[in-house]
Amino acid sequence: MAKGVKPRVKVPKSAAAGDVITIKTLISHKMESGQRKDSDGNKIPRSIINRFTCDFNGQNVVDVTMEPAISTNPFFEFKATVPEAGEFKFTWYDDDGDVYEASKKIAVS
Amino acid sequence: MKFTRRDALALGLGATAASFLPLRAMASADEVISAFTGGAEVGTGGVTLTAPEIAENGNTVPVAADAPGAEAILIVATGNPTPAVATVNFGPLAGAQSIATRIRLAGTQDVLAIARMPDGSFVQASQNVKVTIGGCGG
Repeated sequence: MAKGVKPRVKVPKSAAAGDVITIKTLISHKMESGQRKDSDGNKIPRSIINRFTCDFNGQNVVDVTMEPAISTNPFFEFKATVPEAGEFKFTWYDDDGDVYEASKKIAVS
Repeated sequence: MKFTRRDALALGLGATAASFLPLRAMASADEVISAFTGGAEVGTGGVTLTAPEIAENGNTVPVAADAPGAEAILIVATGNPTPAVATVNFGPLAGAQSIATRIRLAGTQDVLAIARMPDGSFVQASQNVKVTIGGCGG
């Protein structure tokens, strides 16, 4: 399930130093739970994103371990502190070994 | 061998008991929780779980957990085939120990949020969610 995966991230363009900002992330992914059956009654094998991390200038913000109970197109909303200008790095790890990345710069005003 | 009424009844009872077995096998939410807490006592307070009382579609149920000062939050759906939902570890730059996401629920059940505090204690919050259409494609 490496096709059609598109990460989308919403981060404010700028913030005051030390501010707490809200980040929203969404990645398009089927998140096949391994519970569903196809029309022949065979189980569809599990294929999910099992881990999501967010870092800012190399420091960790959140690290989420995901199980099949996370919905299709995993969405996360969380808060981060911005000590200085820099770049948020978002990483998703797929069951099949693929890694999806996105990054967003933020300025300090 | 004669098939008496007594035998038939016993068979029926056995079959009923056997059909309950899969349900029993699913009840591993406690295992997930004890793997996270290491068997420690779980208190209450200090963690907030926001989930709808009634979810029409079990495929996407919005939940939010907020635990000021927590190190990690575990979200458990006690009635799901795989009860663990997500483990969130907060890093040094987390602005607040809160997370919002969307989860699948197989049916009406309790959703738990368990937070690990820096002093090694655990607190939990739970909410019952009524699900109209389950989300695990059983």
